[in-house]
Order: sequence, then structure tokens, then C-alpha cells
Amino acid sequence: MDTSLAIKRFDPEAENAKPYWQEFSLNLEQSATVLDALIMIREEIDGSLALRCSCRSAICGSCAMRVNGKAVLACKTRIENVSDNSRPISIEPAGIMPVIKDLVVDMDLFWNKVKEITPWLETEGVEPKEEYIASNESMVNLASVMNCIMCGACVSDCTVLEVDPAFIGPAALAKAYRFVGDPRDSKNKERLEVLDQYSGIWDCTRCMECVEVCPKDVAPMDRIMELREKAIQTGFNKTTGAKHAEAFTKIIEHSGSLDELKLPIKTFGILNMPLNMLPVGLRAAAKGKMPPVIHPSIPEVEKVKRIFDKFEEEEIENQEE
Amino acid sequence: MPEHDVLVIGGGLAGMRAGISAHKAGVDVAIISKVHPVRSHSNAAQGGINAALTIRGDDWTDHAFDTIKGSDYLADQNAVEVMCREAGGEIISLEHMGVIFNRDEEGRLGTRSFGGQRKARTFFVADITGQAILQVMYEQLLKSQVAVYEEWFVTSLIVDDGECNGIIALDIRNGQLHVIKAKAVILCGGGLGRVFEPSTNALIVTGDAMALAYQAGAPLMDMEMVQYHPTTLKGSGVLITEGARGEGAYLLNKNGDRFMEKYAPSMMELASRDVVSRSEQTEINEGMGIDGCVLLDCTHLDKKLITERLSQIHEIGIDFAGIDITKEPIPIKPGMHYIMGGIKTDIHGQTSVTGLYAAGECACVSVHGGNRLGANSLLDTIVFGKRSGESAAEHVLNKKLKTPHKKYLQQETERLKLLVNRQDSKDRVSAIRRDMGITMDEHLGVFRTTDGMNKGVSNLSKLQQRYTQVSIQDKGKIFNTDLIFALELGFMLESAETIVKSALHRKESRGAHYYLDHPNRDDTNWLKHVLITKTAEGPKLSTVPVVITDWQPEERKY
Repeated sequence: MDTSLAIKRFDPEAENAKPYWQEFSLNLEQSATVLDALIMIREEIDGSLALRCSCRSAICGSCAMRVNGKAVLACKTRIENVSDNSRPISIEPAGIMPVIKDLVVDMDLFWNKVKEITPWLETEGVEPKEEYIASNESMVNLASVMNCIMCGACVSDCTVLEVDPAFIGPAALAKAYRFVGDPRDSKNKERLEVLDQYSGIWDCTRCMECVEVCPKDVAPMDRIMELREKAIQTGFNKTTGAKHAEAFTKIIEHSGSLDELKLPIKTFGILNMPLNMLPVGLRAAAKGKMPPVIHPSIPEVEKVKRIFDKFEEEEIENQEE
Repeated sequence: MPEHDVLVIGGGLAGMRAGISAHKAGVDVAIISKVHPVRSHSNAAQGGINAALTIRGDDWTDHAFDTIKGSDYLADQNAVEVMCREAGGEIISLEHMGVIFNRDEEGRLGTRSFGGQRKARTFFVADITGQAILQVMYEQLLKSQVAVYEEWFVTSLIVDDGECNGIIALDIRNGQLHVIKAKAVILCGGGLGRVFEPSTNALIVTGDAMALAYQAGAPLMDMEMVQYHPTTLKGSGVLITEGARGEGAYLLNKNGDRFMEKYAPSMMELASRDVVSRSEQTEINEGMGIDGCVLLDCTHLDKKLITERLSQIHEIGIDFAGIDITKEPIPIKPGMHYIMGGIKTDIHGQTSVTGLYAAGECACVSVHGGNRLGANSLLDTIVFGKRSGESAAEHVLNKKLKTPHKKYLQQETERLKLLVNRQDSKDRVSAIRRDMGITMDEHLGVFRTTDGMNKGVSNLSKLQQRYTQVSIQDKGKIFNTDLIFALELGFMLESAETIVKSALHRKESRGAHYYLDHPNRDDTNWLKHVLITKTAEGPKLSTVPVVITDWQPEERKY
């Protein structure tokens, strides 16, 4: 299989060091992965090509990089699935993290975020002589998060981190869920209190990128949403994010569609409306997009209410169980 | 010059366990690793970790007997006793640290069956047990705030007057060479899988620790004992867990027969690994295979069981063989997986060099003897990682740091400079490595002969010759992996030689060492370990007797 690859190279020791693209043409086996191709280049064409790789089977998490603009594990990505005969396959280092050389990035940023979430189990009281008793379901549920191999693909492509480096980010938040969701952990409340703050769970914009690129189906964003729910249930309902979620739900229950005027007022409170929302409102008004002051309910709003009632009943039943 | 009381080389399970236990003992400890700790190969252990929990009606002596029988009576029984006796407590402490072991219906730790054992005593986290434990151990490492030299490559140990005083290492990120002083060094550098091609092992598994110890004068033991795992994918050698057979998968030949009936009528697919691999290879050699493989059949297993307990190999089948194991059998063959041999240590991890310790796959205590049981390797790393950390910490208590002579750093700097600046050769590091791997697989695989192994010796000496001439292309300082591969190849060639020389020395068949010229086990002459030591005159071979406590050697049947 004839394949051409365009690799974004960077030699930090070169004069006027800056990134450049280099093309390689290879003849590969049908089943070859992107990693096979990169290793072939390194072994047969250019020994100076730098990349991290080790297990070749999507377990060690070393080889996250961008292929055709999306973060993947090179070892898990087959050439035939990413090639398009009209142009070379593009291979770049992972995003967000600074590049050290070629496809090698500095993952300190990634690990520092993990360190922020107190990443170890905190039990309470005297340790039992034997194991802690916990249901298999609770452990299997955590196993899907423990599948995370810390490759950084989600961090590479996180659209929030791109604009807000302070965001704890998808990998570390999924890791946080692993502890909050662990029946043996005694610091649930303290953990949620921290995660509830600025740069935490409410800063995710639900763009789904992390879910899409995660090579191990950890679905970090879903974990973040579960953390939000747990935070509200635990009584952390004062943040803008929590109030926004609550206001949104109440408005829909009441009228069946979103009242865009009421939403920010309910979220922030009439006296605390952020001033930077004013220009947005004015521009909307100028373009005739101001929402009506009196928001009408949809015709069959009763049906919406019934859905809400049914849902609440089930919630109560679940809690009683 | 950085300095520590205890320096651990390797950030896998043994290394982190050693680091944490030395830290708990109150000494200053650091870990140095060529990759970030969670990238270590302990990740790849899929199936589980063995322990006999007495509260379950299991008995550690039964576990010990299974281990000793599995080892073909080559394991030192005092060491096996230590490992099996401490196993239960270690499982519980792993659980307390946060490992999310699968549970039974009462919410207690669940077990699965594994090869060569009469009881289901393998504790597991789906089929990601190694990864799940490694992540938790890293969490504990962060909690303890043990320092980590991440992406530093150790090039040599500094040994003066029979005592290890530190190491020389390359900071891969900037290419600087450093001496790190230490009162004690613990080698936890893992196995040497990449000496063989193919292998289930990750690309980083290049026997560095064994070669470092060997070059420093510490003897290696039972290096001929190389485990071929019964279920690996053709070509890449990617591992399919023994847990699959533990959960009930069959091995079939081309006629669809469960051929293990012929070789191990009572344990069938769950006989010990050496036995299963030999049976498969016999079938393949007799024309009963398909395209050099036999089949692993999971299709009769409950689909939910596969998605819950074997999800990773389900994923591996699809990604790396294009096969959905719930729908069709997957072709597999024996492939190089583990080395039972390694740096000779006592039950405290102490090697023959003062201040030098070893634990995990690079060490040989010996608990695995001629054949390791599945799920005993994770246990080995935890038990002996911890013990070596504790004994190294004790060793350094009243010891002063010694400052190594500056000639060591000068010599090493010169050696690396010459390697980087060597005149351009046509030959490549990767080509030598491939030729070495193929030679080892061909002549030191499941079946061995004098002729084959002699060929191995002569091939290796040619490869050694080529190695002295080979050049590298990358002349830079920062992240020069080209240089790292060349250094690793040096370690691998050294280790390869110890394997073939030890194998030629043991004139019997025992465990994984099946020597067609001497097809029987010979307890009269060979109930002993083979030691190989580097001397100025070349490798020196000797033997020491096996430690027998309660279990007299018997014929091994499964």
C-alpha cells in the first residue's frame, strides 16, 4: 500500500528553530498502523524523528498525537482508515501541550492538572482487617474510568483548554470522578466543593471533543456531567453553572420552551447581572432578536409537565430503593 | 551532584512499590525511569494477581505448591514461601490503596481461575489488572511525594570495591549526563522481551537493568528460562490474556479438536504455560495448525462476560487482528513473553554487590524457577518490590554517601560522544536488533537444540561485531531517541549472550528450557541454578543448588 505522510517536524536545536512540514512516501502493509509507519521512517529513513511509543497495543498511552487534525493513539490508528488518496496523511504533535521535539510534547501541564484533584483514595477511620465491602457494579462502573491510560488525547483536543489554560480539563476531571464515585472514598464532599469552583466542572462547554477522541471510551465529558449532578445533589447549587442548569430545567418545565430573557436573570439574579452581558443584549435588540418580555408557553405544555412529573416519581423510587 | 539515600531504577510496579516502602521507612528516596511511571510495562499484565486468602478456605501452602510444581522444581522454596505467605496481606493492602478489584455477589473480592493452579485464586480488575494497579501505585507515589527523575536513561552503575555508590544517567530531555550519588540502588528495570522478535513485550523492555547489574559484576541466574506465552497474535506478538482460558475459552487445532486433551488431560487449557506452549508448537509442527497458528475460541462464552471481564482483548482482537472474539475464534501462537531468570538476589532483594538490590522481572529470587505461573508476576513485583525497598532503607541507615571519582563521568561522556560522532555506517541499530531478535526466536524458542544454539552463539558474536561499528543519525542533544536505542541495543546484546550461554550449559529439559538433545528432566545433576558472571576473560558459568524445604521433586503432570 503506497502511502504518503506529512509530518510536522520541530528541531529545537536548529538555527531559528521553527516547525515545518516534511513529506514521506512509504510502502506499507495493508494492516499497518500510523505507528508502524512512523517506526518505519525512524528505522529506515530518518533516525532523528522523535516520538514516544512503547506497547503498540493501546495500553501505555505514550503515542497520542494528531492525525488529520484529530488526537489519536498512533498505535491504534490504521493507515487505511485515515488515508485519503488526494492528500498526504497529516501527523502533528498533540495540542495544548508545548512541543519538545517533533511529535514529543511536554506533558507536565497534563500531570499538573491530575495532581490538582488530590488523585488518591482518601478513606476514613480504622482500616478494616480485610477488604472494604463494595458492590461489583460500583467497581465495574469505575473500571470504565480506570480504562483511562493518561494518553492526553482529550487534553490535546479540549476546546476549553485552548482558551482557558486554568481549566482542570477532561482527563483530570474523569480521574476525579473515579474517586467521587468510589464508595470507599470519604472525601466526596470536599472533592466536590473544590471541583465546583472556578475552572472546575462548570467550565466544560459540552463540545464532545473529548468523548470523540478518547481511544479508551472513557467519555470524560459524561463523567463531568455526572460530577455536576453529584455536586448539585450534595448541595453545591450556588454556582452560576448550577443555577443555570436549575433555571433552564424550571423554565422548560413551566413553559415548554426556553425563555432567553429569564434564563440569565434566574441564573445571576436581577441585581448581579454581569455587565458584559449588556452589549450582547443591546446588539440582539438592534438586530431585532430581543426575546419577548412575556414568554408564551407552548401549546401542549401539559405534556411536558407530565414528563417532568414522571421523571421525578422515578427519581424518588430510585432513591427509596 | 544530585544525591539520595536510596535510588530506584525503574518506575513500574516493583520500582514504585520499592520507592514507597523505602520512603515509609524514613529515608530519602528517588525513582529514575526512562519513561513516565505510568508508561511502564507493568501496564500490560492483563489477567490478575494470585493470592491464597485463608479466610476463603484457601491455603498459602497450596499456592506455594502450585508455584513450585509450575516452576518444574527449580524455584527456591524458601523464596516461594515468602511470596505466597505475604500475598494475602498484599492483596488487601492494594485494595486499601484503592485498586478496584472485581467483586463477588457479597461485595467481597472476586477471583478467577488461572493456569497451573487447582484453585481460583487470581484477583483481577477486568483484563486491565496491571494497568489498574499501576495507576493506583502511581497515586500512592504522588501522595508520598517521592521524587521522580522522569525520562532519564541510566547508562551505568558506579561500583567501587564491590560496593554500589551511584549511577550515571542521561537526562533525555536535554541530553545532559549526570552522576547521581546513592547509598543504595534498587534495580527494578523489568524484563528483556525485545531481545526476541516477536515478543509480547513493549518496545521499552530491553533488559537494561539486567545488563547494568551484569556489567557491574553481579551474577545473573537461570537466564535460559524464557517463557513463551501460549496466546499471542501472529506478527505483532500482541498478548491475549490467559484470563480468556481462565474464563473458559478453548484451544483448537485445524480440525476443531481441543488438542490439550492429548497433552494435559486433567488441566486441559489451564495447564502451566510451558506445557501449553509446547503442545501448541507440537500441533503446529505436525501440520495441525492453520498458517502457523492454532485457534483460541471464546465464541461459546457469555457475551456479557466478555464485555465485562475481557473487554480489552475484545478490543485488541478487533484493532489488531480484525477479529471479533465473540463471533469467531482468533488465531494465536506461542510468543516470547517473560524471563524467569535475572539478577540473582536473596529474599530481601540483595544482589551479590553491596548496596545493590533488585526486584521484579529483572531479578531472580527465584520464585518462578523454570516456568512462571500466570498472575504470579504482579505478585512478585509487589512482594519483592516492597521487601527490597525496606532492606535498602535499612542498609543505608548508618552509611555515608561516597563521592564517585570524576573519571567515571568523564569516561561515560567520552563513550557517548564517540557513539554519537561515529563515522556514518550503512548498518543500522534497528537492523542489528531485528537480526538479533530473529536469531533468538529461531534458536532459543520453545524447542532448543545444541546445533541451533551454537548457531545462535555465532550469530550473536557477528552482531556484537556489527554493533561496534554502527552509527546513529541523530546528532542532537534534546530527545535523541536514536542514541537511546543504540544504548539499549548494547544492553540487549549483552543479555542475549547470557541467555544462549546459560541455555547451552543446562544439559537437561526443565520448565521452559526444552532441550531436544537432552529431552528429560535430570534431578540428579541439574536440580540447580545456572549462574553467569561477567569476567575479564568473558562470561563465567557456574551452578548453585536449588533450595528445597517441604516439597520434594515429583514428576510433573497436568
